[in-house]
Amino acid sequence: MATGTHAAHADHHDHTPGFFTRWFLSTNHKDIGTLYLILAACAGLLGGAISVYMRLELMNPGIQLMGWHPNPGHHWNAMVTAHGLIMVFFVVMPALIGGFGNWIVPIMIGAPDMAFPRMNNVSFWLTAAGLVSLLMSLFLGEGAGTGWTIYPPLSASGHPGPSMDFAIFSLHLAGAGSILGAANFITTIFNMRAPGMTLHRMPLMVWSILVTAFLLLLALPVLAGAITMLLTDRNFGTSFFNPAGGGDPVLFLHLFWFFGHPEVYIMILPAFGIVSQITSTFSRKPIFGYLGMAYAMVAIGVVGFVVWAHHMFTVGMDVDTRAYFMAATMVIAVPTGVKVFSWIATMWGGSIRFTTPMLWAQGLIFLFTIGGVTGVVLSNAGVDIALHNTYYVIAHFHYVLSLGAVFGIFAGFYYWIGKMSGRQYNETFGKIHFWTTFIGVNLAFFPMHFSGLAGMPRHYIDYPDAFHLWNEISSIGALISFASVLWWLFVVFHTLTAGRKVEANYWGEGATTLEWTVSSPPAFHTFDELPKISATAHH
Amino acid sequence: MAAAEHAAQKHPYHLVDPSVWPLVGSIGGVVLAFGTALFMHPDMFGAAHKDSIAALGVWKIAPGILIVLTTMWFWWKDVIRESRTYHTPVVQLGLRYGMILFITSEVFFFMAFFWAFFDASLYPGAANMPGRAEATGGVWPPKGIHPFDPFDLPLMNTLILLTSGTTVTWAHHAILEGDQKNAVRGLLLTVLLGGFFTCVQVYEYANAAFGFREGIYPSTFYMATGFHGFHVLVGTIFLAVCLFRAMKGHFKPDHHFGFEAAAWYWHFVDVVWLFLFFAIYWWGMGNAVPAVH
Repeated sequence: MATGTHAAHADHHDHTPGFFTRWFLSTNHKDIGTLYLILAACAGLLGGAISVYMRLELMNPGIQLMGWHPNPGHHWNAMVTAHGLIMVFFVVMPALIGGFGNWIVPIMIGAPDMAFPRMNNVSFWLTAAGLVSLLMSLFLGEGAGTGWTIYPPLSASGHPGPSMDFAIFSLHLAGAGSILGAANFITTIFNMRAPGMTLHRMPLMVWSILVTAFLLLLALPVLAGAITMLLTDRNFGTSFFNPAGGGDPVLFLHLFWFFGHPEVYIMILPAFGIVSQITSTFSRKPIFGYLGMAYAMVAIGVVGFVVWAHHMFTVGMDVDTRAYFMAATMVIAVPTGVKVFSWIATMWGGSIRFTTPMLWAQGLIFLFTIGGVTGVVLSNAGVDIALHNTYYVIAHFHYVLSLGAVFGIFAGFYYWIGKMSGRQYNETFGKIHFWTTFIGVNLAFFPMHFSGLAGMPRHYIDYPDAFHLWNEISSIGALISFASVLWWLFVVFHTLTAGRKVEANYWGEGATTLEWTVSSPPAFHTFDELPKISATAHH
Repeated sequence: MAAAEHAAQKHPYHLVDPSVWPLVGSIGGVVLAFGTALFMHPDMFGAAHKDSIAALGVWKIAPGILIVLTTMWFWWKDVIRESRTYHTPVVQLGLRYGMILFITSEVFFFMAFFWAFFDASLYPGAANMPGRAEATGGVWPPKGIHPFDPFDLPLMNTLILLTSGTTVTWAHHAILEGDQKNAVRGLLLTVLLGGFFTCVQVYEYANAAFGFREGIYPSTFYMATGFHGFHVLVGTIFLAVCLFRAMKGHFKPDHHFGFEAAAWYWHFVDVVWLFLFFAIYWWGMGNAVPAVH
C-alpha cells in the first residue's frame, strides 16, 4: 500500500475527556469503534450461549433441556430466532463494520475522524437500543418464534403477543443506526481521503467497507418498509400480507430477501477486506490483482441485489423466474473465485509467517470456500427443492458466516489488538484459540451436511433416532467451540493486563497501510496534520 | 476543551465536541418502541393491569416522541451554531454527500410500498393466489372500492407541489444573489403551499370512500400516501426552519447548505408525489367509477 510520510507525529495535544463523556457522549471514531466491539463481544457471548443451549437440547433425541417450558417447541423456535437476530445484527455487523470499520477506515485513508462524528455515536447507541428491544422481545410475551426471516402469517396472526412487535422495533432501531452509519462511511471515504489517497490506492479493507456501506444504504430501507407493513398488518388492520384482504405473504418474502441477500454480503465483505490486509502483510507481498480484488467486491455487491429469490425456490415461483435466479446466483461464484484465487496468488512466492491472524485469515479462506461450494449446490433450483430448510442449508450458511465472518472478526482482532490497545496478545495463546475453534466449529457444522442430506429439517426441537450420531457429534463440537470462546475471553484479559507493549509497526515490513505509521495505541485524535500519500510500494 | 484541541488542528475537517444527544435520542427510541408496544398490547403485563394501561390511550407514545423531538431540536440547534465556525467548504461537501445518501435511502424506503402496490395492482387475480382473487374480484381497483377521481383534488395537489418547487427555487436564486427579502418571500410561499397540500390531503382522507382496514387497496393507498404525507410534514418543518433562519439573515450567497438540503428534500418529496399520482391515483384507478365528493 501507499506509504505515509508525515504521519508519526507527537501526541502531546491529546486531550482525552473524562470517563462518562468519553464513553457515553463520544464523537471519536476509535472510542466508538471500541464501544461497538464491546457490544459485539457481549452480544456474541449471549448468542453463543443460546447456541450451546440449543445444541445441548439436540444432543439426544427427545425433549431434553427445554422441557421446563410449557411450550418447548415454541421455546426452541424463539431461541433459534434470538440466536439468528443477535448474531446477524448485534455481533457480526457491529464487530466488522462498527468496530473494525470505525477504528481502521479513517486511519487507513489518513482522515482525522469520521465525516459525522456525532452521528457516528447515534449509530452505535441505536444499535444498543435495538439490542435492548430484542431482549424485551425475549422477556415480554411468548418470544418470537419465527426465525430471523420473520415470515408472515407466522409473524402476523401466528404471534398475537408483544414479542414480535419488539423484534420488529429492534430491527427498526438497529436498521436506522446502520443506515446512518452507512451514509457516514461513504461520505468519509469519498470526502476525507488524505492528499494522494486516490480511490485506486485505498487499502482493500476500505474498499470492502465502502461496498458494504452501499449495500446497507440500499437494502435496509426496504426491510424497514417491509417490517413497517408487517407491523400495521399485525396491529392496525392492513392486509399487505393477508390473502383474505387481497394481500400476499410471498410479497413479504420478496421484500425481506431483497434486503436479506445483500445482508449476507454485508456480513462477509468486511471480513474479505480484513483477510486481504492480513494475507498481504504476512506474505510480505502486495495483494495479487489489487484492482481485480476491489472490483470483485463491487461486482459481488451489485450482483448481490439481483439474486434474492434463490431463498424462495420452494414458494411456488414459475420455472422461468427460478431459472433466472439460479443462473444469476451462480454468477456470484465468479467474482468470489477471483478473490479466493487472488489470495492464494498473494501468498505464492511470498515470505509467509503463520501468526495467529494469518491462521484465522487462511482458516476463513478454506472454510468460506467450503461454504461457497455448498452455496453453488444450493443455488440449483432443482436440488434446492430437496435441500430447502434442511440442515444442509444450516451447514452452508454457518460455513460462510460462523466460519467466514466470525473468523474474519477474530482475524481482525489478533491483527489490530496491539494497535488498538498498545499491548500484544500471546502468540501461543492465540494459536490455541484458533485450533480449538477450528476443530470445534468443523465438528459442529460439518456433520450437518450429512443430517441435512439425509433429510433432517430445521426449526424442530426433536428428531428421529436415525439422526442421533451426527447430532451428538455436532453438539460436542459446539461445546468445544464455546470453550474456545471462553479461552478467548482469557486471551483478551491477558492481553490487556499482561500483554507486551508494542511499537507503531509491530508486524514489520509487510504491514504497509497507514495505521502502522501511527503509535500503538494511536493518539486520541490521529492526523492533526494530514499525511501525504505517494504511489510507492503498492498495496 | 474545544479551543485547545482545534488550535493544533491543521486540517479543514470538523471534529465535533462530545454530545449528549445521540445517547438521549437512542433512549428516546427505546422509550418510543416500548410505549408503542404498550399501546398495541395493553395486556402486556397481564389482565390485572390491562384496563389501567388501556386508559392511558395513545398518550403512551408521548414520552418517547417528546424525547426524540427534544433531541432533534437541540441537536440541530448545535449544528446551526457550529455551522458558522466549522463548516468549511470541505465539511459542506461532506454534508452534501450525507444528504444525497440519506435521500437515496428514503427512495428505497418508498420502493417497498410501491412494490406492495404493484404486487397487488398488477396481479389482482393471479391464478396461484385464489384467496386474493376472491378478495379483489380479480380486478384493480378491487371490487367495491371507489377510488378518488385523480383529476379532482389529487391533480390540484400535484399543481400545489409543483408550484412549491418553483417558489423554493425562487428563494434559492434570491439567496444566491444576497436578496434576503425575496428569499423570505419565496420560502414563506413554499411553506404555505406545503401546509396547503397537507390540508387538502387531510380533507381527502376524511372524505375517502374506503376505510383503512378495508383490504389491500386501502392498505397500499394509505401507507404510500400516508408516508408521503409524513414526509411533506417533515419537509415543511425543515423549510419553516429555513424561513426563520432566512429572516435572521443566516444564509449567505456562498454558505447556505441548510437551505439547499431542505430544497433537495422538498424536490424528493415532490417526485415521490408524482409517482404516487401517476401510479396509484391515475393508472391505479383503471376503469373504476370514482367516488363523488
